[in-house]
Amino acid sequence: MRKIEAREISEKVKNLFLEANFNIGKDVLEALEKALEKEESKVGKDALKMIIDNNRLASTEKLAICQDTGLAVLFIEVGQEACIINGNYVEAINKGVEAAYQEGYLRKSVVDDPVFDRKNTKTNTPAFIYTDIIPGDRIKITVLPKGFGSENMSGLAMLTAAHGAKGIMDFIVDTVRKAGPNPCPPTIVGVGIGGTADKAMVIAKKATARPIGEYNANPKYAQMEKETLERINKLGIGPAGLGGNTTSLAVHIDYLPTHIAGMPVAVNICCHAARHASGEI
Amino acid sequence: MSEEIKITTPLDESIVLKLKAGDSVKITGNIYTGRDAAHKRLYELIEEGKDLPFSLEGQIIYYVGPAPAKPGYACGPAGPTTSYRMDPYTTALLEKGLKGMIGKGLRSKEVIESMKKNKAVYFAAVGGAAALIAKTIKKSEVIAYSDLGAEAIHRYYVEDFPAIVCIDAYGNNLYKSEPPKYRKEL
Repeated sequence: MRKIEAREISEKVKNLFLEANFNIGKDVLEALEKALEKEESKVGKDALKMIIDNNRLASTEKLAICQDTGLAVLFIEVGQEACIINGNYVEAINKGVEAAYQEGYLRKSVVDDPVFDRKNTKTNTPAFIYTDIIPGDRIKITVLPKGFGSENMSGLAMLTAAHGAKGIMDFIVDTVRKAGPNPCPPTIVGVGIGGTADKAMVIAKKATARPIGEYNANPKYAQMEKETLERINKLGIGPAGLGGNTTSLAVHIDYLPTHIAGMPVAVNICCHAARHASGEI
Repeated sequence: MSEEIKITTPLDESIVLKLKAGDSVKITGNIYTGRDAAHKRLYELIEEGKDLPFSLEGQIIYYVGPAPAKPGYACGPAGPTTSYRMDPYTTALLEKGLKGMIGKGLRSKEVIESMKKNKAVYFAAVGGAAALIAKTIKKSEVIAYSDLGAEAIHRYYVEDFPAIVCIDAYGNNLYKSEPPKYRKEL
């Protein structure tokens, strides 16, 4: 049994949220630069240049890339041999989130009640935490500050086996088409297939954080990722939705076993400010 | 795509009528911020026939909820938020003299019709370019609804704020006209 102080978790969570909000991943930056070379639209090129310059400025001056510093989403793998001492797991995470959003001058975007009061919690908590228990004694934390321009464009379809791969790809492309300029293209499209309605959306969100350039290990799904991306980039939506051939930088599909009667498909879109960071304790 | 056009606020109708969808503009002068919660309050005041906290005549509202400013900065990162959430309240504001809106994303038919009727323009700023845009905001003060925090109405003094005329006062709409030029779907 390895003992881990709760404050170590807070510290790690804080640092990861600061890192994610100030620094875009190298994979995203490279994908944006590659897109700039290939973009046909003049306005699209200008938008991409602005996005790239913005990412560099944010990183140099330690400023938030986007003012929507998001809901604090975390995917955490806790080794079953790890024992958290001197504090509570969820509280430790929320403390880390609050500290990052306070110290990093990040926007607090959480309201306590979605329908009636909509009062800002002023701490950007609660965090939304997905925990998996894994073998070992380490804790692996991935943070995703998730902006809502793109989150609002999510889609879920409870398809059936008869829809097949084509039906799935049609649904993904349709969701991106309907989203148009709203989710801040060029986007990263996360797709979860199988499991249950809820689980499909969770793996779709997690898939948005996969490094660009990595494909699903199953070649059939990798082929779907490539084909869907190609179709999306023929929609013409373009950078900032002002026209062009860069609508998405990547499509990341993950899948799970599912029920004999169903084929859930969840689409969770991430804007070009595809912020995430991972670390281990 | 035409050359970059410099405009100053407040906007009078003659300037608005010269702007065409696709024009790149640099805006200088005072602009006002407002998003969901502030729009709801402005709308309710109009409905009740009460005075607004500032005159909308000739003004531009920027749909933004900035991040807090770091010491030494006039304003925190401040990119546009998605505009359609403001659509239910926008027509009432246009009727009160609002001439410009800066945001990102689609607008409703009602808003576009009202823009044509009231001669107003919708500018797009690049979503997510928040740190870069904040550099053009030289002064920021809260003028109403300070209880709303990031959603309070701020008056910004901006210099060369970069935007693109997205929907002009004639109803021309870049989101409709541009993507088909690059569409390659069968």
